[in-house]
Amino acid sequence: MNKHFFGDTAVLLGRSLRHIVRSPDTIITTVVTPIAMLLLFVYVLGGAINTGTASYVNYLVPGILIITIASGISYTAYRLFQDLQGGIFERFQSMPIARASVLWAHVLTSLVANLISLVVVLLVALVMGFRSGTGVLGWLAVAGILVLFTLALTWLAVIPGLTASSVDGASGFAYPLIFLPFISSAFVPTESMPGPVRAFAENQPVTSIVDTLRALFAEQPVGSDIWTALAWCVGILVVTVAFAMRTYRRRIS
Amino acid sequence: MNEPAIRLRGLEKSYKELRVLRGVDLDVARGSIFALLGSNGAGKTTVVRILSTLLKTDAGSATVNGFDVATQGGDVRRSISLTGQFAAVDEILTGRENLVLVARLRHLRNPGTIADDLLARFSLTEAGARRVGTYSGGMRRRLDIAMSLIGDPPVIFLDEPTTGLDPQARLEVWQAVRQLAAGGTTVLLTTQYLDEAEQLADRIAILHEGRIIVNGTLDELKRLLPPAKVEYVEKQPTLEDVFLTLVGTATKGEQR
Repeated sequence: MNKHFFGDTAVLLGRSLRHIVRSPDTIITTVVTPIAMLLLFVYVLGGAINTGTASYVNYLVPGILIITIASGISYTAYRLFQDLQGGIFERFQSMPIARASVLWAHVLTSLVANLISLVVVLLVALVMGFRSGTGVLGWLAVAGILVLFTLALTWLAVIPGLTASSVDGASGFAYPLIFLPFISSAFVPTESMPGPVRAFAENQPVTSIVDTLRALFAEQPVGSDIWTALAWCVGILVVTVAFAMRTYRRRIS
Repeated sequence: MNEPAIRLRGLEKSYKELRVLRGVDLDVARGSIFALLGSNGAGKTTVVRILSTLLKTDAGSATVNGFDVATQGGDVRRSISLTGQFAAVDEILTGRENLVLVARLRHLRNPGTIADDLLARFSLTEAGARRVGTYSGGMRRRLDIAMSLIGDPPVIFLDEPTTGLDPQARLEVWQAVRQLAAGGTTVLLTTQYLDEAEQLADRIAILHEGRIIVNGTLDELKRLLPPAKVEYVEKQPTLEDVFLTLVGTATKGEQR
């Protein structure tokens, strides 16, 4: 590894973070969809949904956090695409820097931006009556899972960011991800779904992650869900990093 | 130090079926301005991308500042600076922040001082605190070139530096290039404008259908054609003369 890797990554991270500070609309557009869903489901549809729990907002928050991440990572693809289009990517690649730091800076920026968005969404949820009695360890576990999930999806976003031929192509890949939580236990219990849909819902990554987060918030035992959730996150991360790195190496050689 | 700053031997590159470079040989002497002329799609940018280690060759060899682009990429990147076809600047950062960014990435001390010096040298001091998104095309290009000078790389590639610029901005860029060469930097310039090569270059090569078809000084190139006839014509101002007189670029007297 190049001896300048950490220094160069820090400099480039500073650059991308400045972009976020100067165009906070990226955070605002990220949180608009999840907050709108939160309002819609809690105050309009939630009354008719029987989750078997006392508070629907408590039931809903984990899924909303997943949607926040899914909508936030498309900006990674967008920023990467803009760098490639503008030629600054090539400028960096032709300079004596640790080349991988260009990619890592974008990944870390995604992490920071998504954490900010998650905090904003959680604050809105708190105002709407979301409560959790979980302690420091519980919150750390929640944060750990969210960070892992963000990293996995960010590396997925790197691939269209490097290969897309238009801005729409770069950011459009995220739409299916935003809808994945709907066919999971995020909004309604999977028991209410017909056979094949239920089978899909119970065996896709979002359900295990949402169930784990919900158990952590409610101070319930997480059971085997947490291992399934971690396995999904790590599995997606390994595959997406491998593919993203392969795409990246093709791009710079 | 008699070894050329840039040396290409039998360079070949194909994109699938399309053979862009079919054996390019070229030497660029240290401290000279070398213009690579060619029409669109002639392969000029491909040559520059190979020399900047952004693209691999299919065959042949290339050295920059004595380093092989295929095996000593890191050393090549320490020796060069690339100014691509489109001003590669960060529009959301200010001009000064762009310069500081590059100085930091080149691991230099006092990035702030370096940035302020370059802003002054390229008449961008007043615009330095403004976001680059608000700059004109000429200002962007000057900032772009200023960013390329950070760390004093011995070799600079300018890929069509004046494409899309208005005549005044073009003269500003020419002036910057001349200053560079005066400071001992080797400049490899690609252009499709013949007058640009005529104005700036010590040597000119024409890249056509993947090969260098001529390579020499301007005088040598002119001698390829029958000797000039002496004709008396009334000297008419060119449209460029008219334009520049009307919009007033009196400050740049050394342009012609």
